[in-house]
Parts: sequence; C-alpha cells; structure tokens
Amino acid sequence: MKHELPKLNYAADALASVISTKTMEFHYGKHHQAYVNNLNNLIPGTRFENASLEEIIREADGGILNNGAQVWNHTFYFESFSASPKSKPEGELLAAIEIAFGSFDEFKSKFSNAAVTLFGSGWAWLVIDTDGKLAITQESNAGNPIRKNQKPLLTCDVWEHAYYLDYQNRRPDYVQAFWNILDWKVVEDRFRKSR
Amino acid sequence: MSFQLPALKYDYKALEPYIDAMTMDIHYNKHHGAYTTNLNSAIVGTSLDDLPIEEILREVSKHSAAVRNNGGGYYNHNLFWEVMTPSGGGLPTGELYSAIVKNFGSFDEFKEKFSSAAATRFGSGWAWLVWTGNELKVFSTPNQDNPLMDVSEIKGFPLMGLDVWEHAYYLKYQNRRVEYVQNFWNVIDWKTVNERFIIATNK
Ligand SMILES: [Fe+2]
Ligand SMILES: [Fe+2]
Repeated sequence: MKHELPKLNYAADALASVISTKTMEFHYGKHHQAYVNNLNNLIPGTRFENASLEEIIREADGGILNNGAQVWNHTFYFESFSASPKSKPEGELLAAIEIAFGSFDEFKSKFSNAAVTLFGSGWAWLVIDTDGKLAITQESNAGNPIRKNQKPLLTCDVWEHAYYLDYQNRRPDYVQAFWNILDWKVVEDRFRKSR
Repeated sequence: MSFQLPALKYDYKALEPYIDAMTMDIHYNKHHGAYTTNLNSAIVGTSLDDLPIEEILREVSKHSAAVRNNGGGYYNHNLFWEVMTPSGGGLPTGELYSAIVKNFGSFDEFKEKFSSAAATRFGSGWAWLVWTGNELKVFSTPNQDNPLMDVSEIKGFPLMGLDVWEHAYYLKYQNRRVEYVQNFWNVIDWKTVNERFIIATNK
C-alpha cells in the first residue's frame, strides 16, 4: 500500500498569524512529505507493506516505526488547525477535561507545560488513557500514544522544525500561539469517536 | 562556583557562509546561554557545586535529568565552538591523521562515517569522534548526551562533536541537514582536534 501525503484543509498561508507560510511549506511540504516518502521506500517486501499506520505504530520498529509514526503524527497535528477555530471545548469533552484537570485553564497550562518542557524533539499529547481518563503525556521523537493503547485526542509538535523559523529558541511563545489556531471542534469529534 | 558561558574565539559572522551570523548569535547566546544558566540552577547548593563539568558528567546517571540535559548542553556547545574556525577545513594534521587512517582505512572513509552518523541521528543529538582509550570511534548520541557520560553507549574522550539539533541549522538549511553536515567540513579546526587527541592519548 502506498501512503499518501493528505491534503491540508486550509491554505498554506491560512495560519500565518501563528505558523508562517514558510514554516508550513517546509513542515508540511518537506518534512511531512519526506516521512511519507521514506515510509513508502522502506515497506516494500516487509510484513508492513500493506499495513495501516496504526498497525505500524503498534508493531514495527526502527525506520518503519519512526517514519510511519511521523506520518500519522503530522497528519493528526495539521488536521487540528483552522483559520476560524472553535476556541473552547464544550459538552462532554469539556466535562471530561474539568474532571481530569480541574478546569479548562488548568488543562491548558498543564498541556503547555508538557509541550515546553519536553527535552529535545517530540510531541505533547492529550489522550484517553487505558483507565478511560484523560491524561497529558510527552513522547520523544516519533513517539505515539497508540503504541501504549492510549487514544490520542490532541497533539503539539515540539520538534524545533515546527517553530524555529518563526520563534527560534522561544518555544513557549509558539506553544502559547498554538492555542489560537487549534480547532476544538476537531478535538470534540475525536473524543466522540474514541469512546 | 558557577559555570560561565565561554567567550567565542571568532565573531558571529566568521563561519559564514557555512554557519550564518544569526544562527551563531541565537545558538550561542540563547541556547548555550540557557544550558549554562539552567546547569547552574540545577547544581547550586548541591554536592556538585564545586566539581569540574567532566566530573559531573562522568556519573550523570546518579543525578537529575536537569543535570544530564543542561550539563551535557553546556559541555557539548563549549566543545562545538572550540573545534570550529573560519580558517578550518582540509585534512587533519599530525598524529591524528595517522590514527584516523589506521582506524578507518582512510580520511574519506572516516568523513563518510562521521557524516552518516550525523545525518542519520533521528531527532535531536550529536555526532562524535571519540578516543575510547585504545581506538578512535565514530557514533552519535541523542539530545545532549555525550561520550563522557556513564549513560553513553560508547564511552571515551570526545575529540570533536557536531550538533545536529535542528536549531543548529534550521534558519539556513531548514530540512537539509545533509547539506549542513557537508559544510561543517569547511570549518572544522583540525589543529584543535589534533591537540585534543594528543591530550587524550597521553592520559
Ligand atoms: Fe514536525
Ligand atoms: Fe545546539
């Protein structure tokens, strides 16, 4: 099975107040594309040739795992943005966030902290943990919660390539701005489908 | 005692066009500066306070993640600036050259091996040329780990290190890490690397 770079559901300049067009061109056009190409080059003749990305994330190792997970992670990341985002969760997702973290603001602050303090390259996640509760986690490099049987709801890419052209060393500024383009409608849909 | 950000022996634009002035400025002042400050906060008032950095790193598995990350970041960047010069490049000199040929077959084979270690390190990290006590080895470490650390897969005295965190090259090279690694060979200071080799082999 040949993996494809999924289309963005917004223009490359749509998020420019937070993520510049140049960053989008490299991050989506070069990095995400390279993970897709690398994966397609690695899987022929292996047992992952026709596997889904989720199967690859659960069962593969080495380059197939890294590239497969990075394809999945970037798709999940880019899919959660919008130029006209829903700025707050409502309903059952909001209730679950309040149960797990006290309040929406506390959740934001804890998630931001996870994103800012992940050392090196990686991802911050909001997941439904194996006990059914919401949790905030950090994964290095190509880490993905599916491998731990958690259900991902939201992620923030904190590889330096995600923000270096726009924010350089100021990762906290990038993470703070991230909330301005995050579409909670997408996260609510994921929450509904994950339960 | 606290650690200081060491002065650079060249100015920010000295390594252009291979490493641009803006990258040098941010990399040195902001990244290296932050590792220095954070290392000092991590050790102040602890038993590590008066130790040389090499001593701290030697048993780093006994210390906090903050000491490992910032202590590594402090040492690694000190070394990185030191092994580059605007009048760099060419072939290694002296005893080091012979040792490289003996260990790797030829200089080109060494260069190829080191470049590949730098290009294939997934995520953030460093490529190293290390003296293990009886031979030269090339390998890479994740994040700010280094060969002085007890957690390192290969241990020894680092002769040269190449930073392959994206912050080291993203403003100029973006996703083209391979091109950055190729250009590094134009600024490598073989005189300094050879001096480190002589110190290492006389220990
Ligand atoms: Fe990314
Ligand atoms: Fe660095």
